[in-house]
Amino acid sequence: MKSPSDFELSRRKLLAGSAASIALTAAPSIVNAQVPAVEAAVADVSAVWKVSLTVNGAARGLTLDPRTTLLDALREHLHLTGTKKGCDHGQCGACTVIVGGRRINSCMTLAVMHEGERITTIEGLGTPENMHPMQAAFVKHDGYQCGYCTPGQICSAVAVLDEIKAGIPSHVTTDLKAPPQLSNPELRERMSGNICRCGAYSNIAEAISEVAGRPA
Amino acid sequence: MRSFTYERARTPAEAAASAMRKPDAKFIAGGTNLLDLMKLEIETPAHLIDVNGLALDKIESTQEGGLRIGALVRNTDLAADARVRRDYGVLSRALLAGASGQLRNMATTAGNLLQRTRCPYFYDTNQSCNKRKPGSGCAAIGGFSRQHAVVGASEACIATHPSDMAVAMRALDATVETVQPDGATRTIPIAEFYRLPGDTPHIETTLMPGELITAVTLPKPVGGKQIYRKVRDRASYAFALVSVAAIVQRDGTGRVALGGVAHKPWRVEAAETQMPRGAKAVAAQLLADARPTRENAFKLALAERTLGAVLAEAKG
Ligand SMILES: Cc1cc2nc3c(=O)[nH]c(=O)nc-3n(C[C@H](O)[C@H](O)[C@H](O)COP(=O)(O)OP(=O)(O)OC[C@H]3O[C@@H](n4cnc5c(N)ncnc54)[C@H](O)[C@@H]3O)c2cc1C
Ligand code: SF4
Repeated sequence: MKSPSDFELSRRKLLAGSAASIALTAAPSIVNAQVPAVEAAVADVSAVWKVSLTVNGAARGLTLDPRTTLLDALREHLHLTGTKKGCDHGQCGACTVIVGGRRINSCMTLAVMHEGERITTIEGLGTPENMHPMQAAFVKHDGYQCGYCTPGQICSAVAVLDEIKAGIPSHVTTDLKAPPQLSNPELRERMSGNICRCGAYSNIAEAISEVAGRPA
Repeated sequence: MRSFTYERARTPAEAAASAMRKPDAKFIAGGTNLLDLMKLEIETPAHLIDVNGLALDKIESTQEGGLRIGALVRNTDLAADARVRRDYGVLSRALLAGASGQLRNMATTAGNLLQRTRCPYFYDTNQSCNKRKPGSGCAAIGGFSRQHAVVGASEACIATHPSDMAVAMRALDATVETVQPDGATRTIPIAEFYRLPGDTPHIETTLMPGELITAVTLPKPVGGKQIYRKVRDRASYAFALVSVAAIVQRDGTGRVALGGVAHKPWRVEAAETQMPRGAKAVAAQLLADARPTRENAFKLALAERTLGAVLAEAKG
């Protein structure tokens, strides 16, 4: 009678063998089918673009497929993985970065559309040893649980305070002709493009209020 | 996302000419609608013409006393412009009621006008949709149609136009300026810009192939109380179920346009003569031809009440 380990061994061999035979029989047809497709793609798509960006103060040169979103350029090519991919459709705000001083969803724009522009990601705002005041306030107020949306929340929050300073109104601004106020409803409305699945909203609002210099 | 070739246009005329020369070309501005649809392969352009380098990002006064808004002016900048806030408050309000701060920083005036419907069946490539695939049918008819049009729809399509900004532009009688592939320019009154779905719901505007929007012009300010009221499932960051853009003068006359109810911003000038008589009279005429589904019939009452709230606010 076979011991359990013999059985394990033979089962593994069997699996490996059958996988290999599948691979062997399948391989020729895959190769045949794909060669012309690949050639066609190379022929009619000018494959790559050179892009230079200033990311967190450093000049970075990239050679990219034009399909590469700014988000994927940051994460996959520059390995700045602080910026997160949530929905990849501009709905959740996890990918928020600051481009030319303004917050945008980095998933909804192509890297090639930002030639020569200045990009700030969460890594550029501060470091664990030397945090940006907004990062420190999020830590202090527990402005997160799982932390996935946090880089986007913080980039957004930093830009929100600049937007209020610049006098940009929001949906809840009562008087369009007066400068917007730093109220809790203003902060909440302006942060509505950053979704937090853990629901840390009230702590996020407190963190931002503290940096803005007013009690929540 | 399918592969595409990419080009940065240097002049509006060059962009339009290139769009005509290259098959399946599309302009890309903010990218916030086009890239969303390209990721889902609902839009599959073979060539993208980046128009962000065109110097169309200014807001200038016109000789007639109005404003010319460059096609590439970002939604944030348009909403925050001091002249727009002072003289065209309904436009600022509509813009600020739409999308999120991040999106408005990218979204452009032309791109906003041309954003496509949010019909869930249009977005689901497994469903039949005449707008996405002409002739395939319309899964929304008989389907989940709570968000859909109550007026101006057809047997082929019951989608709504999702833009808030466009509803204000319609109330303000804006004009769309364009350049065509042969270099000729023309102006299209916003009333003639959008098409009803009819049996060609995939053709949404009166733009010709390759035609580039260069600006949107607002006529001289008309004053009045300017209000944009948007009713949605969340207090922020959601598309309209119903919205009202209104300009109400002291004597109670004025203009109203509705969002969320039709394939285009819905304005019936004749209904505006009823404004001094109140919301019920206006709504009755505005929505006289309404043919709601069972699921979206609530929009009729909602439109009338929202209109009532807006007229009351204008008086107060
Ligand atoms: C999560 C989310 C929520 C949103 N919520 C709202 C909302 O509540 N209300 C609302 O109104 N909108 C909302 N939007 C939509 C948003 O307003 C649009 O995506 C945006 O305005 C499109 O502008 P864009 O410049 O990014 O356009 P693009 O995506 O760059 O282009 C859109 C279309 O316009 C064409 N185009 C662009 N520029 C020109 C030109 N100059 N001439 C001719 N054609 C041109 C493009 O080819 C494309 O077909 C939302 C979007 C998202 C992602
Ligand atoms: S309503 Fe229009 S967009 Fe929606 S499924 Fe029907 S045809 Fe498509």
